[in-house]
Amino acid sequence: MDPVAAKYIGAGLACLGMAGAGIGLGHLFGQFLSGALRNPSAADGQRGTLLLGFALTEALGIFSLLVALLLLFVV
Amino acid sequence: MAAGADGVYSPIAQFEIKSLVPLRLFGFDTSFTNSALYMVIAVGLISAFLIMSMRGRSLVPTRLQSVAEVLYEFVANTVRENVGQEGMKFFPLVFSLFIFVLICNLMGMVPGSFTVTSHLVVTAALALLVIGIVIVYGVATQGPQFLKLFVPDVPAPLLVLMVPIEVISFLSRPLSLSVRLFANMLAGHIALKIFAGFVGSLLAAGIWGIISPLPLLLTIALTALEVLVAVLQAYVFAVLTCVYLHDAVHGAHH
Repeated sequence: MDPVAAKYIGAGLACLGMAGAGIGLGHLFGQFLSGALRNPSAADGQRGTLLLGFALTEALGIFSLLVALLLLFVV
Repeated sequence: MAAGADGVYSPIAQFEIKSLVPLRLFGFDTSFTNSALYMVIAVGLISAFLIMSMRGRSLVPTRLQSVAEVLYEFVANTVRENVGQEGMKFFPLVFSLFIFVLICNLMGMVPGSFTVTSHLVVTAALALLVIGIVIVYGVATQGPQFLKLFVPDVPAPLLVLMVPIEVISFLSRPLSLSVRLFANMLAGHIALKIFAGFVGSLLAAGIWGIISPLPLLLTIALTALEVLVAVLQAYVFAVLTCVYLHDAVHGAHH
């Protein structure tokens, strides 16, 4: 296979990893909302944890994006 | 890297390190670069802000002083919650790391500026500093007991499996700590640049120019998201530093 074509296909495949981060973020905010709607008074105290979880989960999606960017610009 | 082959500026040109004052010491390239310049600006800004705001030391804080006090309280609460009262001796470290990363991230959001934290070597140095302190402090205060960190409370046969996993998980901490911050900053800035580039390509594409405000609006929305990410990543860096310091202060059994 043409190495340049392989590079672009690899970058596209690497981006599939972001689907996992998408599932994770959906779970995160869905679970938070379902918990927050059951007990709205406790929700405000957990906002920091929510944002921490958001940043940690989102970072994993960014990792796969990073692999794609490395394939596009560095390799 | 300047203009590419097709005349479009590369989205990674913004991360180029330029040497401002060439300097070689002991056979290493120790030039004063734009990265170093922005770090000096960040440290200068932080020091100037904290010294100016706390000069009055009034009981009823002025506007600037209350900003500094909110920052202090915020980091102090984070340390107290995650490390405990004994961890407050690490407060200066966590506060310095948090505010340095925060200001570097936010300075990178100024269009045309340089983002110090978008370089792996900078974030790796910060992460190695944290892990180095955890190991040195843990071994100094607990001695061989520190190794219990790698031995979880599981039945003996499982230890064969669990100990290597714990060791690998500990060793990957500096890696994930540094790559998380670096990758977030890098990917965010590249995405901004690419969407901003769409505006130019659409304007050059004749009739399609009428939809060029769409990517512009998206760029504005992305900038807002990136400011949020810049603050969050600085917070995450500080929280994870606290979580790792917790191991050094309390050991495996707490």
